[in-house]
Amino acid sequence: MSAETLVQFLYLVSTALFILSLKWMSDPETARKGVFSGVAAMALAVVGTLTGVIATGGTHYWWILGAFALGAAVGYPLAQVPLTAVPQRTALSHAFGGLAAGLVGTAKFFLYYGQKNEAALAPFIVVALVAEILLGFLTFTGSILAAGKLQEVKWIPQRPVTYPMQNASNLGLFALALALGVALVLHPLAPWAPYAFGGIIALSLAFGVLLIIPIGGADMPTVISILNAYAGLSAVAMGFVLNNKLLITAGALDGSSGLILSVIMCKAMNRSFFNVLFGAFGQTTTASAEGEQKAYKSDTIESAAMVMEQANLVVIVPGYGMAVAQAQHKVREVYDLLKKKGVTVKFAIHPVAGRMPGHMNVLLAEAEIPYDDLVEMDEINGDMPQADVVLVIGANDVVNPAARSDKSSPIYGMPIIDADKAKAVYAIKRSKAPGFAGIDNELYFLDKTFMLFGDAKAVMGELARKLAGEGGH
Amino acid sequence: MMLLALSEHAAPAAGGGHGELDLMGAVFVFMLATFIGFMVIQRVSRLLHTPLMSLTNAISAIAVVGAIIVSAGKDSPGYVTLLGLIAIFCSTTNIVSGFLITDRMLKMFKKQGGGAK
Repeated sequence: MSAETLVQFLYLVSTALFILSLKWMSDPETARKGVFSGVAAMALAVVGTLTGVIATGGTHYWWILGAFALGAAVGYPLAQVPLTAVPQRTALSHAFGGLAAGLVGTAKFFLYYGQKNEAALAPFIVVALVAEILLGFLTFTGSILAAGKLQEVKWIPQRPVTYPMQNASNLGLFALALALGVALVLHPLAPWAPYAFGGIIALSLAFGVLLIIPIGGADMPTVISILNAYAGLSAVAMGFVLNNKLLITAGALDGSSGLILSVIMCKAMNRSFFNVLFGAFGQTTTASAEGEQKAYKSDTIESAAMVMEQANLVVIVPGYGMAVAQAQHKVREVYDLLKKKGVTVKFAIHPVAGRMPGHMNVLLAEAEIPYDDLVEMDEINGDMPQADVVLVIGANDVVNPAARSDKSSPIYGMPIIDADKAKAVYAIKRSKAPGFAGIDNELYFLDKTFMLFGDAKAVMGELARKLAGEGGH
Repeated sequence: MMLLALSEHAAPAAGGGHGELDLMGAVFVFMLATFIGFMVIQRVSRLLHTPLMSLTNAISAIAVVGAIIVSAGKDSPGYVTLLGLIAIFCSTTNIVSGFLITDRMLKMFKKQGGGAK
């Protein structure tokens, strides 16, 4: 068997393992097998590539080994972050992925250009190269910025940044990048080609920033998914440049995953892709926040505990506030105490609750809440009228009835968890200020709603103490 | 016409590619892989969307293949090698952290009474 055949064979097995890896993710029972399969696939890919490189006379092996070691040394601590920081870690990881693709594309272009290799810079290859660096570098800066927003780094504005002609100027820059790309495809070996290439890199880096600054925290699940898709597609483009089918397959798997997640997130917010990327949330919302001052009814934690003890069914709706306060372990205590008293407790999970797809599930799983009690929005809404108590923990827009009724509301049409249909509602909220989008939540002003103001962790801790104290003796 | 031009496209420098570019073949692979990706991923439970994303994150670090090829090139100038090495570093970071954190998260998902305390 020639080295080339061996390489292709290893790649083939690797591809199959990548597909199995994703297939096994369909069920929590088999999901861990999926990780092992993915690791095996990646190992085969690396071994295969090294085999090919050695057979064709490569060099720099010590340097390559060093880069591997350094990457592993940085990657290991990144895997140990607290689970509330997983959205940031994921965004950072997209940034690394984008940068890697962009750098490989850049290296290839200058290599071919330096060799005056006209054949290697055939039109199709240059198209793929331009796509690779555009997606790669855009993902790089965009993801860094997204990670910064999620980490709440000081010098990155949290609120959406908007300015006049924002979309027009972005489109103008995009047109400029396209024009440079076309020029490069037509004349890849022109003396000005490296400058055009550099120009595209600069524009891509700028795009990443410009596309993310107008996006607010509530849109992060969609944005992270889109960046995920971009990172995958840049690997596909790299596959076309290098004529490597393993890169194309693995990149396409990643790309389609990101795309599916973005579509699910968009649907869960009743918004289109276009609207998320170009329709900065937040400008139109200030008007509705003014208007008459309505009064909240607040209640003591003690009486909340009493009401919950008497309930048959308690539905907990977690949101980003739970993550921020790191309240999931206290939530687990309350869950345990209520269960002990014979109360059925379910969690209602909105697809965009939190800052990335599935964020709430991971946090609740960390607190060892069995996943059978984590119920998706569509499934639990039918049971809401039977719920005696709904406990909203740091969630806001996902339970706002305005999404169903108020056509002027920016979240109108978004599917929500029908918390208002329950018999009683308790909502834990940090302050009396309106939620992220600056929209008042009618749920909080209903007759059956009682507010528990305070930090989610403190309130849940207190609730657990009250529940334990009264039932124990 | 484009296909004609491509058939003349010689294999790029050392380890740069595997044989001649078979454009239509590559497009076929891309299309099929995308379909498989859609089918497989649509079945992933919503429960696991966060681990799914960190897993695909690790998978997209397949860019390491391209990075190795670029870094190992014999006749490439130093800066090309350097770009390749940085790309290896970035991809390895994603491979290591992506797989590890996915496994860490998945370990936490437990069923009712399934040994969870």
